Amino acid sequence: MNGLRNALLRALLLVASLAAWEGAVRALRVPAFILPRPTEIGAALYRGAVSGIYLQHLWVTGAETLLGFALGSLVAFVVGTGIAASRRTEYFLYPYIVMFQSMPKVALAPLVVVWFGLGLTSKVVSAALIAFFPLLVNTIAGLRSADEDRIDLMRSLDATELQIFRMLRLPSALPFIMAGLEVAMVFSLVGAIVAEFVGAEAGLGMLIQSRNFSMDVAGEFAVLFILALMGLLLNMALVFARRRVLFWDPSQKAESNAASLKGGL
Amino acid sequence: MAQPAEAIAVRGLRKEYGTPRGTVLALDDIDFTVGEGEFVAIVGPSGCGKSTLLKILAGLLPTTRGEVRLRNAPIDGPRRDIGVVFQSPVLFPWRTVLDNVLLPIDVQRLGREKNRSRALDLLALVGLSGFERRYPWELSGGMQQRVAITRSLIHNPAMLLMDEPFGALDAMTREGLNVELQRIWLAHRETVVFITHSIAEAVFLADRVLIMTPRPGRITEELPVPIPRPRPLDVMGAPEFGEIVRRIRAHFRSRGGIEG
Repeated sequence: MNGLRNALLRALLLVASLAAWEGAVRALRVPAFILPRPTEIGAALYRGAVSGIYLQHLWVTGAETLLGFALGSLVAFVVGTGIAASRRTEYFLYPYIVMFQSMPKVALAPLVVVWFGLGLTSKVVSAALIAFFPLLVNTIAGLRSADEDRIDLMRSLDATELQIFRMLRLPSALPFIMAGLEVAMVFSLVGAIVAEFVGAEAGLGMLIQSRNFSMDVAGEFAVLFILALMGLLLNMALVFARRRVLFWDPSQKAESNAASLKGGL
Repeated sequence: MAQPAEAIAVRGLRKEYGTPRGTVLALDDIDFTVGEGEFVAIVGPSGCGKSTLLKILAGLLPTTRGEVRLRNAPIDGPRRDIGVVFQSPVLFPWRTVLDNVLLPIDVQRLGREKNRSRALDLLALVGLSGFERRYPWELSGGMQQRVAITRSLIHNPAMLLMDEPFGALDAMTREGLNVELQRIWLAHRETVVFITHSIAEAVFLADRVLIMTPRPGRITEELPVPIPRPRPLDVMGAPEFGEIVRRIRAHFRSRGGIEG
């Protein structure tokens, strides 16, 4: 069985690289505040999991990310629809949006924390700001991607603009929108963590920073591991949703069109 | 009121396009009528303005001059009693075959439940029974085009416009669909305007062939096709068929239209 053999090889490679890491750190006597051993990270993971500290902070960061994602996506969808619907809206709004996009939005995080405080709100706003743009661009491109012949067909049936939007433009835009949502999700997590760095009372980003101050590098690695896991889970949820929603889109079989849009940040 | 014998009347139609380099005359002096229940084919080379003419008939483009009437009412915008079949099937991949056929019903709010059985009957007529819950991408190109034809018939239009509906299909599928279209038409007797660049297809399908020549697009000749129906494919080898095809070719050649 090729699949089974590959899975085994994969696991073996993981174990081997962890062992090499462990061995190298021990042999070279690297101090733990520079690079901790995998066993130390494992121990830190275990301690935090038992004490419930990770779950508590994970919940905070998760809520920030999801709320920011929802807020940013909603606003992006509404604004994107407005821009796609009328050249006039585009003419007046687009320059500001491009300017806003050219600015590294993580640089706004300190300001956002000053405006919205140390609690949940500032993290949600920061996440929403970063999640906004990828979905905005994709919504506009998607709504404009509707096939001309299909539009002609709808017009020939005497369809209203609203019907054309609902029955044709919106479904045609879904592949773009789903791709945009995947990027927006990853970006939301970044936005939430950055705002936590600036100032927060709870959350995984705050935990990383406090552990950094106390030189608990193994603990920091443990949180990083949890963050990676969280990002993976959020992404998997969206991939699952995309496959359900876009069952009709042939490009789905050739894997995500989001891939090309990722990177960045 | 009795229905007028002519379903479609085109009078003095002219169409100009504005381009950055001045106006282009796409169609000029187009005059023709199509009788109720008549099958008319318009044949001409690429770029002769056939598709522009079809879009005007469909109410998708305004005329520059002249008028187009359908059952005595002017066509000056989209109407609800026209069925259009394009060169590509133009199906919606997120809708099942049945839902694609019911698209005009949804748009015009004619009642899904009432028209469901009609849709199934029409699908049976085009040989697609059992495919109603499939998706378009599960069907071959020829089957997709049959779905498109069914969709164009569902709201019982006064006029059926077909813009090279089989142009993108391979020759064998195309011949098969020509036979099918004739059978469907004999069952429903819609008024049809069928646009094609295939002379043989036009002669095989139509009661009357209008010949269109380019720059500007004009209808320069019309020929009746008095071959009895139903016409089998073999009719294409018959002398009277060959004679009509030959006359159409000769007309194009004398106009410097297409290859000899």
